[in-house]
Amino acid sequence: MTQDRFDPRLAALLGPDRPEVSCETCFDKLDVYVEAELAGADAEHTVPGMGAHLEGCPACREDYEALRAYLAA
Amino acid sequence: MDAESRAWVDSLSASGHERDAAVERLHDLLLRAARFEVGRRHSVHLRDMDDIAEQCASDALMAVLSKLHTFRGDSRFTTWAYKFALLEAAVAVRRRAWQGRELPLPDAGWEAFAASSGSPDLDSERGELIAAIRDAIADELTEHQREVLVATTLNGVPIDVLAERLGTTRGALYKTLHDARRKLRARLAARGLFVEGEHA
Repeated sequence: MTQDRFDPRLAALLGPDRPEVSCETCFDKLDVYVEAELAGADAEHTVPGMGAHLEGCPACREDYEALRAYLAA
Repeated sequence: MDAESRAWVDSLSASGHERDAAVERLHDLLLRAARFEVGRRHSVHLRDMDDIAEQCASDALMAVLSKLHTFRGDSRFTTWAYKFALLEAAVAVRRRAWQGRELPLPDAGWEAFAASSGSPDLDSERGELIAAIRDAIADELTEHQREVLVATTLNGVPIDVLAERLGTTRGALYKTLHDARRKLRARLAARGLFVEGEHA
């Protein structure tokens, strides 16, 4: 196997190579996930597959960052 | 469910003046959240910010009230409600940013990506990887998968903007993207190629 250095465009093309939730589930659980994160809990354990989806979906990633930013403000 | 969230749900489920007052308070919360997100993005002209935020807050209010029965208290009610306003604002700003813009041609993003050079040490490996991805995109993906993959990952088209242009939903397009990526990874794996994740 050959390896390449991290390239965000490659990462975007290939996406996360692990189970992820759908956009719909991501929105449904976003509040739970962000509150868990801000409380210092294991958010991925709370919503398995959310982290992978946030890596793979820029739009959902923006929604997550928006909620996190608003709650942290 | 925490006490504050329970109070919100009870008031919004009530009738008459109690409900009206709760709806008004909720609208104010959603408007503040929408204004925050529209302002945070800086890409919208100041003149439009209030109009966009007001519309987003109204749309979010309708969504929250229609889905009130689904709130289970797994988070605070306000957190749950905020996400509706923030999502509406994010979608509105992305839509505004792409208003009137043609979608980039599929080849444009690919050519820029393929032409960019890595370090001299990785040129040959990178060249092999890019060639393999190019072949996989050409051989393995449907035309629709190719369009969605290149538009969203290389040409920077937001998935909800693309969904609107194609007359479909964000979730449906993400499934298309997911399937396309799965095919690419499988093709690379079959050729013994592997892309490392982000290094520490």
